[in-house]
Amino acid sequence: MMDIPNKLNLPSYKEQAPEVKERLDFIKSQPVVLEIDNLVKEFPTEEGVRRILNDVSFKVHKREFMSIIGPSGCGKSTLIRMLACLEDITDGLILLDTYPVTEPGADRGMVFQKYTLFPWLTVKKNVMFGLEVANKSKFDADREALQWLDIVGLEEYADLYPAQLSGGMQQRVAIARALANKPKVLLMDEPFGALDAQTRAKMQAYLLQIRRKIDITIIFITHDLDEAVYLSDRVLVLKANPGEVQELVEVPVSRPRGPEQFLSPEFLTTKIHLEELIHPSVEESKDDFKVVKMVAVEAE
Amino acid sequence: MSIKEEKWFRFGKGLSQKRVRGLTVASFILPLLIWSAISYLPLWQPEMEVVETGDTFYFEKGDRVDRETFRLENEKLTADGDVPMVGKRVNPVYFPAPHQVAKALYSAFVTEPRREGDPWFHESVAHSVRVVFWGFIISSIVGVPLGIMCGVFSFFSKLIEPFVEFFRYFPAPVFGALAVAILGINDAPKVAIIFIGTFFQQVLVIANTTRTVDFALVEAAQTLGAKPGRLLFKVVIPAVLPKLYMDMRILLGWAWTYLIVAEVVGTSTGISWFINQQAKYRMFENVYAAILVLGFIGLGTDMILGAIGRELFAWEDGKRSFFSRLMNKNKPTPAEA
Ligand SMILES: Nc1ncnc2c1ncn2[C@@H]1O[C@H](COP(=O)(O)OP(=O)(O)OP(=O)(O)O)[C@@H](O)[C@H]1O
Ligand SMILES: [Mg+2]
Repeated sequence: MMDIPNKLNLPSYKEQAPEVKERLDFIKSQPVVLEIDNLVKEFPTEEGVRRILNDVSFKVHKREFMSIIGPSGCGKSTLIRMLACLEDITDGLILLDTYPVTEPGADRGMVFQKYTLFPWLTVKKNVMFGLEVANKSKFDADREALQWLDIVGLEEYADLYPAQLSGGMQQRVAIARALANKPKVLLMDEPFGALDAQTRAKMQAYLLQIRRKIDITIIFITHDLDEAVYLSDRVLVLKANPGEVQELVEVPVSRPRGPEQFLSPEFLTTKIHLEELIHPSVEESKDDFKVVKMVAVEAE
Repeated sequence: MSIKEEKWFRFGKGLSQKRVRGLTVASFILPLLIWSAISYLPLWQPEMEVVETGDTFYFEKGDRVDRETFRLENEKLTADGDVPMVGKRVNPVYFPAPHQVAKALYSAFVTEPRREGDPWFHESVAHSVRVVFWGFIISSIVGVPLGIMCGVFSFFSKLIEPFVEFFRYFPAPVFGALAVAILGINDAPKVAIIFIGTFFQQVLVIANTTRTVDFALVEAAQTLGAKPGRLLFKVVIPAVLPKLYMDMRILLGWAWTYLIVAEVVGTSTGISWFINQQAKYRMFENVYAAILVLGFIGLGTDMILGAIGRELFAWEDGKRSFFSRLMNKNKPTPAEA
């Protein structure tokens, strides 16, 4: 596995073209929007306390697009929910613009994998929800909501109800709804996970397009490595049990991104590297096999 | 309509509008047909109504006699050389025919009360409606907010629900005597019985319904900056409203079932009083008429509330909100750009 890039005659993922290096250096020189400092999460279980996240630290810079990947159950959702303060912090610090966060707020918008539009509100009213929380006048809220819907390309659906929209469209409205609050960071937990491959590709294109139009920092959880490489500036790789930072990978793919890059050497080599990182080691696969055998025996 | 014959029985599938309407009508026509058959055909009719008395001393015109007795009496009369009775087969007086009840449905409203000062039928009906209305309203004013709070906050749930759970096993009628002692003999104790019968169920039902609200919606609202007050009034309550409305319709039905008990508490009033009076005079067609009126009011109210609900909660996409969301994935996406 280790020498696949060599065999395929691919460059190392660490090799960055000058303009890529320049862009990444620029991002890293930007102010830190979100600083995660020795974050720990424990859940009480029957067998005692279980540590899900252990000393997770990283920094997200202004306008950065950071993906988080890792094996299933390593605590990605828990981590992003802690950033949104939907989950208590066991230990450590989360600093937003240098201030510790203590409760959920509009400064950290979130898009969930589940569809969470309010079904009793029209598309426009959904987008207006956060604006009304912020005490904007009805007129301003209305106007801004329509602008945001325009950005996600759904202005003509403003007066429909969520149930009348496809899954992809609902997620675009959810993105507009979160962005309308002008959050400092947009948290996305597998937002396209429930969509079919085609819609998913369209949504990725939309997201890249939105990012070009507006000034936004994004943390994006996915289990799709293509998606992670395609969208991100950097990819945070977590390992499981307990969840710890394994590596923060800089993506050597130039921007603007397009589907043709999926087959470029830098893209492939990065993807192969990520694959190696989250691929369970031989030891672990043996464990998995044992469990499967145990289950099989019990079933008999 | 496709050329292929539509099947009547398909697992979990609906039927065409036309068939639904047909079946709804049939669901009322069938019992009516059975009732008519038993009333007008000699299927049961265990009694004879005396039409001509002949020479008998024992029976008068209009009397209803057991068929066996009638036959024996006529045999005796014939043996003695007397003129036998003439009779026709009828059902017992407590089983009137549809046309008699239909007539009573009208005549009950226009018949003057037997005694001066007694209420007319429509006044009795209004009285019943009033008792149910107030019992249900008072119960709801307290029960709905309490139920919602129990559904939202564990604090209220754990503090209130165990006792409510215990209390609801007391049948409401056992409080009749107490209610009269405390509240007097007018309508207050009756309203109290409806209240007791409804309230405790209401708190539990509404609390459970509130707990079914998708918590992800609350979390989404939190990440949009919403604080507790707004979460409650702009997220939890709108989210629970369609189901809550459904619950209220069912609870209102339960409140109705307590009516008859409530009305015999203290002095008998309303439709129960009317029914008991009519049964005493053996005017059973009026008894059935009164029962039917109760049914019509109940069904009518529910149908009106249902229609209002469909309007209010159109965003749910009718009753298929759950399925439609599942099926949204397979539907061709409308002009996805
Ligand atoms: N409330 C909870 N109580 C106890 N354990 C929990 C709780 N929530 C999550 N966990 C555990 O924490 C671990 C991490 O869960 P999490 O959902 O964050 O994983 P994930 O990386 O998002 O997985 P996936 O890729 O499948 O979405 C899991 O093993 C899960 O069982
Ligand atoms: Mg997850």
